[in-house]
Formats: sequence, C-alpha cells, structure tokens
Amino acid sequence: MTHFTPISAAIGGAMIGLSASWLWLTLGRTAGISGILGGLVRDDWGWRLAFLAGLIGAPMVLSLAGAPVQWRSPEAGMPMLILGGLLVGFGTRLGSGCTSGHGVCGIGSLSPRSIAATAAFMLTAALVVFTLRHLWRF
Amino acid sequence: MRPIVASLAAGILFGTGLVIAQMTDPMKVMAFLDIAGDWDPSLAFVMAAAIPVAAAGIALGRIFGRPMLAPQFARPRQTAIDRKLLIGASIFGAGWGLVGYCPGPALAAVGNGSWQTSVFIVAMFAGMAAFHLLFNRTAVAGTVYHRNSH
Repeated sequence: MTHFTPISAAIGGAMIGLSASWLWLTLGRTAGISGILGGLVRDDWGWRLAFLAGLIGAPMVLSLAGAPVQWRSPEAGMPMLILGGLLVGFGTRLGSGCTSGHGVCGIGSLSPRSIAATAAFMLTAALVVFTLRHLWRF
Repeated sequence: MRPIVASLAAGILFGTGLVIAQMTDPMKVMAFLDIAGDWDPSLAFVMAAAIPVAAAGIALGRIFGRPMLAPQFARPRQTAIDRKLLIGASIFGAGWGLVGYCPGPALAAVGNGSWQTSVFIVAMFAGMAAFHLLFNRTAVAGTVYHRNSH
C-alpha cells in the first residue's frame, strides 16, 4: 500500500514536462524513453546516450547525496519479471511509444494517436492488475 | 551549447522528476493501476502536471519554427490509429501491469542495485530486439518504423 502524494507528484510531473519541453526546443526530439532506447540501434546515438546517462545517473547521485529515493524492487518473481520486460519492450516498439512518448509528449501535442494508445495501455494495465490482485489473489 | 549537453540536462531533469514523483517505486504505480484496491491516484497527478508543461514547450516550438540546436523538429510520421498501435499499446500495458515498470522508471531505478530491476531491463531490451528482428528486417526500405517513434 502507498499513500497519495499529490504535491510531490505534481512537482515531479512538472519537471518531466519541463524535460520534454527542453528536449523538444533544443534538439527537436520527443522525450519518449522507449523511442530513445529503440533508436539506439539505427540513429544518431550520442544524444540518446547522454539523455539515458542523465536519467539513470540523476537518481543515483540523489541517493548518494542522501535524498530519500523510493526505488524498491518490484514484487514479482523471475518468470513475471521476464514476461513483463518482454511485453514492455516489444509492445512499446510495436505501438511506437510508452507512458512518456504517448502519455506526456503525444497527449501534450493533442495527437489522437497518442490519446488512443494511452487509453489502450492504461486499460490493459488496469485489467491485468485487477486480474492478478482481485481474481487470482496474488 | 552542444546537443549532448542539452540532452544530458533533459535526462537529469526527467530522472529527478521521476524520483520526486516517486514513480521509481513500482508499488506506487501498481497502486495507481489497482482501481479496485487501495487506489493511489498520484500517477494521474504526475501526468496532469507533465502534459500541460510539455504542451507549452510544443506550442513555443510552433512559434520558434525550429529547434535551437537542430535543423528541424523530428515529428512522428505516423498519424493513423491502426491495429499495430492499439495491439502494441495493449501488449505494453499488460507488461506494465504485471511488474509496475514502464521504460523510464525501470531505467531510473537501475541504481537500486536489485536483481529484479536488472532482469526486467534485460528482458525489455530483448523484447525490443525481438521487435526489430521480426518487423524491421522486412521494412528496411520503408519509413514505417524509421526514426518516427515517440
């Protein structure tokens, strides 16, 4: 169980939006994590690696500096972690985006495609959680 | 400013935002997705704050006409709501619901040093590689998946 934290959620969300705005206005790129990852195999990878270094490094530095970083492990066993990772990796490429690309940047540009994608992944994720927690009682 | 410095700054801002919003905690994400349980609507507040700020940046981009450090905006080329989009998004949603990680928070949590996070990320890369092997080989000459993803 977790507690509702509207203020820190909104502050963190605004920073994510600011990051997306900054990347768009400087490099003209979408701050979609799955797109940044997927493009590593074929595209100019310098800016992609730099973004990922910041994304991975910032929480580490914050943690080392004594900030209370909430990053506990998922409560899932090996088969679930592998299946979940495969589905997230494959699905975000087939659907050309994830929570950041479609959910933040795409909806931010009022793209009907991103609104549809976000509705689809929110719905299936909620259905899977409902099935696991309330039907199968994991 | 060099493009990679701008990009590094964006990554730092993104990672810090995820930490402040506690989206690096998969249990917090699961608590949002668990509408029938002890629902924690925090993730909705993250999105509700992120979207208008991103929208403001995109609107500013329309006024400027081009990005500061690149010749043009890399706009997504696909606009259709097709089967691929909806099936892909649904597959992603299923994986997200199983573990509570989407790509950004999983990477931001690498520093927790847990094997669970690492296993998920390796599997996620494998899933992406599987997509490229299955689809991009037949679409090399096309532009369908080229550089246009979010």
